[in-house]
Amino acid sequence: MINLSNEADAVYAAQFETMRDSGAAQRRTDAYRAFAARGLPNRRVESWHYTDLKAALTKPAPLATTHSVTHALARTHDAVRLVMVDGKLRPDLSDLDTLPAGVRMQCLQEALASAGPTVTATLWPDNADDAAIALNGALMQNGLVVTVAPGAEAPRPLELITLVSGNEPQAVFTRSALIVGAGAHIRIIETHGVLDAGTEAASLAGAQLNHVLTMRLDADAKVDLLTNVAGFGETSVSVVSLIAHLDARARLNAHQLIEGGGLLRRQIFAALDGEHAHAAFNGVTLARARQHADTTLVVDHRQPHGESHERFRTILDGQAVGVFQGKIIVRSAAQKTDGVMQSKAILLSDGATMNNKPELEIFADDVKCGHGATCGRLDRDQLFYLMARGLPRGEAESLLLAAFANEAMAGIEDEALRDFFEARIGAWLTGRAGA
Amino acid sequence: MLEIKNLHVSVGDREILKGLTLTVKDGEVAAIMGPNGTGKSTLSYVIAGREGYDVTQGEVLLNGENILDLDPHERAARGLFLAFQYPVEIPGVATMQFLKATLNAQRRSRGEPELQTPDLMKRVRDAAAKLGVSQEMLRRPLNSGFSGGEKKRMEVLQMALLEPSVGILDETDSGLDIDALRVVSEGVNTLRSPHRSFLVITHYQRLLDYIRPDTVHVMAQGRIQRSGGPELALELEKNGYRDYIAEEAA
Repeated sequence: MINLSNEADAVYAAQFETMRDSGAAQRRTDAYRAFAARGLPNRRVESWHYTDLKAALTKPAPLATTHSVTHALARTHDAVRLVMVDGKLRPDLSDLDTLPAGVRMQCLQEALASAGPTVTATLWPDNADDAAIALNGALMQNGLVVTVAPGAEAPRPLELITLVSGNEPQAVFTRSALIVGAGAHIRIIETHGVLDAGTEAASLAGAQLNHVLTMRLDADAKVDLLTNVAGFGETSVSVVSLIAHLDARARLNAHQLIEGGGLLRRQIFAALDGEHAHAAFNGVTLARARQHADTTLVVDHRQPHGESHERFRTILDGQAVGVFQGKIIVRSAAQKTDGVMQSKAILLSDGATMNNKPELEIFADDVKCGHGATCGRLDRDQLFYLMARGLPRGEAESLLLAAFANEAMAGIEDEALRDFFEARIGAWLTGRAGA
Repeated sequence: MLEIKNLHVSVGDREILKGLTLTVKDGEVAAIMGPNGTGKSTLSYVIAGREGYDVTQGEVLLNGENILDLDPHERAARGLFLAFQYPVEIPGVATMQFLKATLNAQRRSRGEPELQTPDLMKRVRDAAAKLGVSQEMLRRPLNSGFSGGEKKRMEVLQMALLEPSVGILDETDSGLDIDALRVVSEGVNTLRSPHRSFLVITHYQRLLDYIRPDTVHVMAQGRIQRSGGPELALELEKNGYRDYIAEEAA
């Protein structure tokens, strides 16, 4: 029974009709049914309790069709760049000729037409039962499917950029996949934002981005993932998801910097499907004004000897709302699991709100798991100490906040990338202190 | 020069300083001694500008300027330095980074050019060598995991680099063994100059064997009860503070 009880559902139904035949028709139909049976998640859905997507998307924007003309894009990393704007690959902005040896890239449409079992399994993972991801599966317009050959060692990072142009309200649904063969190693930088971010048009346009990156790490593969979500305007709604499967001894070292803009949800679903798999998720969320920034994470230990470490820092100013929901599941087979999750938040104003919800679900008896969550203000003794040494309040606060946030960035192995993230955090703090 | 005139300070409903008056001239080392709970640390915090204290009456003049309306960083830039009784640990901020930030913030505030890194490094290395502060300590986060003695040496190192005109030492001897006390005291003594005043707050005479004061003031019940020369410290060591407490109670 498909429920079309409100305007948003009707819009999505119509959009699904236009996308139904854009590859993988049966999968899309299944995904659409899964979505339509539930509708957009609201506060009554437990995993969305603090983020009411239904209320934020009462008026879904039309699917993106305008693709802005050639536009120079500043290069911020020494990386091989693949750029999508408004759900469309932009060869003119991408480095298609310099893909590292062993790395292959296809557009989602091509991949769907010729999908083998590995691509299909990666694109449609089994560990993310979520209405927003189902909607993405029904409406996905495009994406990048990147395959790294077994044993390949990519010397330069691959930068996947997803931008929404900010000329008018439009919705972008993208789904990308990363398949990393046994023993291969690659660094991925994911950048999500708005073309011409910061301009009045961009902040008023109200971009609606629903992006999913699915990832499969074969045995002994290693991925360093850096995700930056930034520049979304105050009326935008973004859901940026990561779904990862790790086979035996695979290592995923993930760091994210979420710079608030409108309503933003980062969700991560990771399944440790092989023995001795290792996943680290670290993140910094910065939000001010009336921004709403949600990070929701589910790490599912399915095999023995897995390790997962999560370290998140949130800084909230103004009337901002922060959410951290982290759940570690340890299945009965997953003996000797080692899991530590920590989420700390600093609230800089009386109007800011943090919802911190760590959870452990443990079905095995021989595990080492822990979690901690704190919310607080800046330490007054530290602040006075720094001011008594000559630092003005804003500068003293920035120094302490940078130290707080950078703790979650300390595990970025590439020094240039770590510097880049720390500099972005510094710029946000300076903007705040100067405001 | 530091002049404290009829200073009344309350926290909530409780008056802690009750009309304290004290002048420390240029080049003078003044010691304040007194029993616990008499407001000595309150005095140092109020002079440095910590929040949470109501100054209901009186003035604090630093080189002739009333500083009570200034923010802590402005007081620091005008030449005030407080060596904390309990230096605060600041994880995540490297000591060297902190020293650079504070030195340059004060210089900017006074309209002086910022120090460049090589110049700064040289100054820090020279001052650190004199105080037995290792290079390894400078690389660690500020005061994090430092022993009591290391923290106090770091306070004196900062004072040496910031070159204040008035230095307040709040219970600098607390938590120090005799060797650390000697190193810290020598560090302070080398900073004595005709243009710099010190206010040394302590409740033991021991520190004053190493940092010889010009004047000694007995503080009790929120006021200076008696002033004199170094011999007053010896008298207090012998008789304790009971005369002053009894006087107040009577």
